Amino acid sequence: MTTIAPYRAPQRAGRDGFWQLVHAEWTKFRTVRGWLVAVVLAVVLIDVLGLFLVDVGTNQCNGPCVPAVPTGPGGEAVLDSFYFVHQSLSADGSLTVRVTSLTGKYQPQGGPIGPHTTRGLTRFVVPWAKAGIIIDQSTKQGSAYAAMMVTGQHGVRMQYNYTGDIAGLPGRVSPSSPRWLRLTRSGDTITGYDSADGSHWTKVGTVRLAGLPAAVQAGLFATSPVYFQGNFPSYAQSGGGTSPSTATGVFDHVSLRGGPATGTWSGQFTGANARLDSMPGVGFQHADGRFTITGTGDIAPIVGGGANVNFVTGTIADHLVAVIFGLVVLVVIGAMFVTAEYRRGMMRVTLAASPRRGRVLAAKSVVIGLVCFVLGLPAAAIAVIVGAMISRNHGVYVLPVSWLTELQVIVGIAALLAVAGVLAVAVGTILRRSVLAVATVIAVFVLPYILGDTSVVAPDVSEWMFRVTPIAAFAVQQSVPAYPQVMGQYGPPEYFALPPWAGLLVLCGYAAVALTVACSLLRTRDA
Amino acid sequence: MSRTAVVTGRCAPLPRAAARAWLDALRAEWTKVRTVPETGWLVAATAALTIAVSTTVIAVTRCAPGTGCTADTTRLSLIGVEAGQAVVAILAVLAITSEYSTGLIRTTFTAMPRRFGMLGAKAAVLTGLVLPAAIISVAGCLLAGREILPGRGFTAARGFPLLSLAHGATLRAAAGSVLYLALIGLLALGVATIVRDSAAATGIVLGLLYLAPIVAALVASPVWQRRIDRYGPTSAGLTIQDTTGGHLPIGPWGGLAVLALWAAAALLAGGLLLRFRDA
Repeated sequence: MTTIAPYRAPQRAGRDGFWQLVHAEWTKFRTVRGWLVAVVLAVVLIDVLGLFLVDVGTNQCNGPCVPAVPTGPGGEAVLDSFYFVHQSLSADGSLTVRVTSLTGKYQPQGGPIGPHTTRGLTRFVVPWAKAGIIIDQSTKQGSAYAAMMVTGQHGVRMQYNYTGDIAGLPGRVSPSSPRWLRLTRSGDTITGYDSADGSHWTKVGTVRLAGLPAAVQAGLFATSPVYFQGNFPSYAQSGGGTSPSTATGVFDHVSLRGGPATGTWSGQFTGANARLDSMPGVGFQHADGRFTITGTGDIAPIVGGGANVNFVTGTIADHLVAVIFGLVVLVVIGAMFVTAEYRRGMMRVTLAASPRRGRVLAAKSVVIGLVCFVLGLPAAAIAVIVGAMISRNHGVYVLPVSWLTELQVIVGIAALLAVAGVLAVAVGTILRRSVLAVATVIAVFVLPYILGDTSVVAPDVSEWMFRVTPIAAFAVQQSVPAYPQVMGQYGPPEYFALPPWAGLLVLCGYAAVALTVACSLLRTRDA
Repeated sequence: MSRTAVVTGRCAPLPRAAARAWLDALRAEWTKVRTVPETGWLVAATAALTIAVSTTVIAVTRCAPGTGCTADTTRLSLIGVEAGQAVVAILAVLAITSEYSTGLIRTTFTAMPRRFGMLGAKAAVLTGLVLPAAIISVAGCLLAGREILPGRGFTAARGFPLLSLAHGATLRAAAGSVLYLALIGLLALGVATIVRDSAAATGIVLGLLYLAPIVAALVASPVWQRRIDRYGPTSAGLTIQDTTGGHLPIGPWGGLAVLALWAAAALLAGGLLLRFRDA
């Protein structure tokens, strides 16, 4: 009796590891020519539309109209324009004053800023008008400083190095309720105090100005930023109704202790900004120990949208606005990557070859995610780097950012595309029908984008769209921070309600939920 | 059925017979649409999505006291149409591409060789489905606006009277929005007839509807911006919803006419392709 050996194929059994599955899915993707063309088209669309069609504004002027913009100690672009009455202080010491009044004027109609501004000035203290005392590394623009000041509507503040802001005594200053301010210097450490009566002092804050030289400038200042009127029009528009303004501070009980004080105060408008220093009344008067100083400008970071300066500014992300178009094409392909298998019955073969269904979904997600990321990365890099060059050629001042921020924007956009692609794969798996899946993924990304347009809906609706819907991930585009102490046009596509990582996390959350649902449906449903 | 035709050798049917054939076509199309489950879902989804989006947007919009609100409350209430049009487009795309994906289209043409007539019947049945859905959607949106807006600061005292169809501009916006949705359906049907593939047709139609306005907002040239706003199907068609008479790129009825031209062009191109192409 002979036993018949069962047939064994001469080939070794194929391995069914995860990477074999990914390879299989990649082969399926790669061999559909229409999809390859479409994904390449998607990223080309991002760059072509973004670089050549987008309006980033132009500085209309002959010759160089953007002044040499200084940068602060933190590397950010700053506005450093104020009227400064100062003395040299070359040792440790302190400066104390009493501020009895802060008044101001602004030009209501916005109009051209320049030699005609003497007409139609209205008395009004803008919310962030500032008058107070300052210890400045030098009178050079962008130098390190620490200052104590009274403001139009935000009480006493200690501000330092352009971005730092600490609140002191609340309330407005007036002759009946004056404010006493003091700055003490010890080496490179400066401490600010405020007081309502000159005898009871409260410490507001202590800051260390690294590398402060022995001889610094200490003195009194006044400045007043441009004022915004009304609501702003839709995003992607710079400007709006901005008005130049001036602020006048009245100081007495000025005492400067320590150092070889020369005893004479000299006044100058620091920060030569040709259009701002032509405001009328800028200067100072000194009589009987009483200083009256009128200044204009601001000591603050420059914010996006050209909001607080009189030239057009931009950010490195300005040319990324066409990402939504590439995104739409990529999510359509992502959804079809699954639904096409259902339509042709290919899904049954796929699941027969790899019965562990969750891994099929994972492999598909990996393939689409990688394709989107790898193609998105150079597209975003070109849009950011070449886009900034094009903006500069238009005379637009592109706000400087660190290379880390630049990397965050580029990698963030690529990650946004990748996660969106994965979400589309999950939606395709859930819905199975091409039409429904394609329509859903388009609506999921484009509808919030349209409903987020502030020209149609109120700004708070727009803000919620960028907070809770998948387009929250566009927050990765934000390259410059928003400052509560600087009035600005804070809104998409430059400023977002969520920080970049949180925005991306919202999209990841949607993708995770969709993947979980898709996985359980794929497991429990017939193919 | 064509016994007389055989006997007399005449090919051209009598006018009455033609009308009857078209009625038969209409009934055939209605039977096809009626007997798939998704039709009912999509019609219901049109109304549900439109009203839901409008209600949500109205509920989060606020006219804060002391600020000058410049909202067009009618247009704000009807904003859900922007979402509802996507469902209408899907309904229209499926009406023809599902026949192509299953091969039913060959049976259809065998039974009904007059291809223009078939497309006309499809368009008529589709419009018959979209119109009631659109009427319910628009009525729901306006009702939501009427109920919610006064509580959000849009009171008559501040220049925002209750939404009412007695107001001529609001009536025009409401009726126009219904027509708008019907025309979007016809446009989508035309594009789907041209493209034949369901996924591609959906992508193209929704791209046309949603991305054109975004392109208009981005392009540098104001001339082109205006052109896209004037002649884009969505931006032109939705001017019918305006009741403030602000800076419109094109007059309300003119805008709807632009959309009608888009729909007619798409249907004509689709019909011609049907006529000259193999199924």
